[in-house]
Amino acid sequence: MTVRTLYDKLWDSHVVREEADGTALLYIDRHLVHEVTSPQAYEGLRLAGRKPWRTDSIVATADHNTPTTHWDEGIRDPVSRTQVETLDANIARFGAKAYYPFRDPRQGIVHVIGPESGATLPGMTVVCGDSHTSTHGAFAALAFGIGTSEVEHVLATQCLLMKKSKSMLVRVDGTLPRGVTAKDLVLAIIGRIGTAGGTGHAIEFAGEAVRALSMEGRMTVCNMTIEAGARAGMVAVDDTTIDYLRGRGFAPSGDLWERAAAHWRTLVTDAGAAFDTTHVFDAKAVRPQVTWGTSPEMVVAIDERIPDPDREKNSERREGIERALAYMGLTPNVPIADVHIDKVFIGSCTNSRIEDLREAAAVVRGRRVAGSVRLAMVVPGSGRVKAQAEAEGLDRAFRAAGFEWREPGCSMCLAMNDDRLEPGERCASTSNRNFEGRQGAGGRTHLVSPAMAAAAAIAGHFVDVRRLY
Amino acid sequence: MQPFRIHSGIVAPLDRANVDTDAIIPKQFLKSIRRSGFGPNLFDAWRYLDRGEPGMDPASRRPNPDFVLNASRYRGASILLARHNFGCGSSREHAPWALADYGFRALIAPSYADIFFNNCFKNGLLPVVLGERDVARLFADVAAFPGFSLTIDLERQIVATADGAVVSAFEVDAFRRQCLLNGWDDIGLTLRHADEIRAFEAKRFAEEPWLA
Repeated sequence: MTVRTLYDKLWDSHVVREEADGTALLYIDRHLVHEVTSPQAYEGLRLAGRKPWRTDSIVATADHNTPTTHWDEGIRDPVSRTQVETLDANIARFGAKAYYPFRDPRQGIVHVIGPESGATLPGMTVVCGDSHTSTHGAFAALAFGIGTSEVEHVLATQCLLMKKSKSMLVRVDGTLPRGVTAKDLVLAIIGRIGTAGGTGHAIEFAGEAVRALSMEGRMTVCNMTIEAGARAGMVAVDDTTIDYLRGRGFAPSGDLWERAAAHWRTLVTDAGAAFDTTHVFDAKAVRPQVTWGTSPEMVVAIDERIPDPDREKNSERREGIERALAYMGLTPNVPIADVHIDKVFIGSCTNSRIEDLREAAAVVRGRRVAGSVRLAMVVPGSGRVKAQAEAEGLDRAFRAAGFEWREPGCSMCLAMNDDRLEPGERCASTSNRNFEGRQGAGGRTHLVSPAMAAAAAIAGHFVDVRRLY
Repeated sequence: MQPFRIHSGIVAPLDRANVDTDAIIPKQFLKSIRRSGFGPNLFDAWRYLDRGEPGMDPASRRPNPDFVLNASRYRGASILLARHNFGCGSSREHAPWALADYGFRALIAPSYADIFFNNCFKNGLLPVVLGERDVARLFADVAAFPGFSLTIDLERQIVATADGAVVSAFEVDAFRRQCLLNGWDDIGLTLRHADEIRAFEAKRFAEEPWLA
């Protein structure tokens, strides 16, 4: 029997048929749906007189547009409200396995509720009209973001037309130092391989440091695979995976659980299987990271300085650095730790799970947000995360420190609701993209881990969180 | 879908790498539940000096005179020349919708982000991949010659200048090419294999019943 990578196994087990040029019809097990990228797909379905192929594959929620305050007042923005109500109507008409609408206690970010409800299982193909669907690869699922035409295609046929990607192994040897998290690791990886480094590839993250990560940490790493250019990231099944899934709502139980778990344990890359590309990292060398520019690859360690474009020989890259520095309002060669911030956002599908909130709360407990910080907010990833955090008293720690404790949703990661930066405002953010205008027109985003965001809130500027322990 | 066979048009240059889909169509315009009408807000934050919100009359906006698409020489451009990793970031199909709605029929760049690249083909928008050197030369030609036009021939898989000189051949997946040439509806094609999908599904649920 030939040796195969995890990606090979996931791919092979979903191919319905293949065209002569290698274009495959790939079967989709789980379809996650949210309000922004689905209305046109349902409209297309309706216009063509088609029906969803398998409504039981669909788990839906409203997350991008929903407000994080004053839920009793509903959604004030009429355009956002229409989009959310359109999803309500489409699910009512076409059906779903589960729907967590606005204000449901289980509502939340689609990439948080999938795993926590057990709707994401190893060996599945998982798609969603959202690029951060790569998150679910943490469960040894083949998970990737799709456009709205493909959302409609999956609704109508339960399949996608696609070609197999190349494979990439990112192996992280050794142990991450204390205070250095999954977020720092993935930012360091993107800093090295670049935002297009994974284009055309599916990435498997492996090695001692990845094995040591919790499921939350693995989700953070896989979540940002797309920021390295790869549609899908994944981690092989081990005890951590199985332990996380046991007892989750949609996970199997009883005899079926035993059968499933035995099968899931085969979802690993066989010894000797070859990858098209391999990158090796030393976990010990990773330090807390802070992005300084307008692309996630523009990142430095907390003890480093903002780069000097004059030292860049490649003209395209030099212009990119100059443009980013101008947008970010930063001066070359200044230590990143000297950069002061106006706002702090802890949340997003990258870093809004219970472990993220625990890490941030541990930093702020007994401290106060700096007076120069206008707003520090925590947006839990889901209603369940929020309830769990409140049961542990994390909300009280955040509030006592001067943070706002909000309702769940995507919030200021992409600022489709009222949570946004004003022009020129600088934010320490646990989200995934620092693009121009991402958190609000003219806003300046620095991506960091939850612990680093908490530390920046306390200090008023970026600081090595390890000095606060 | 509108078929794409051969297209000639004015080329507009967007000379920066890693253009993300947030820049192509900012988030506030994603609240629409329609597929059309995104053209006036293509590159909104770069194209206008005022802050764009849904429902604004484009005629009342203040265009940014420094943004390339606002230059009169690129009026009516239907081919966008771009740098590497064009369309990175968010999977929003609103990006190709906005490009197509603005009037672009084809893009030329050394590389694209995967999801964006795929989304283009679903909307009759052809993303041509040319080598770095060819792209660099085209940027120089566009700058040198006002009204610089190109012809993109998908049947022959070539890019040519207005006088017929071939700039370069380009690669495209056979299946995608066929769909684009004919304007085929993917879903209709796939549903021809409905029996195979049903058989696959039945076998899969028998083997992994926890998925059913």
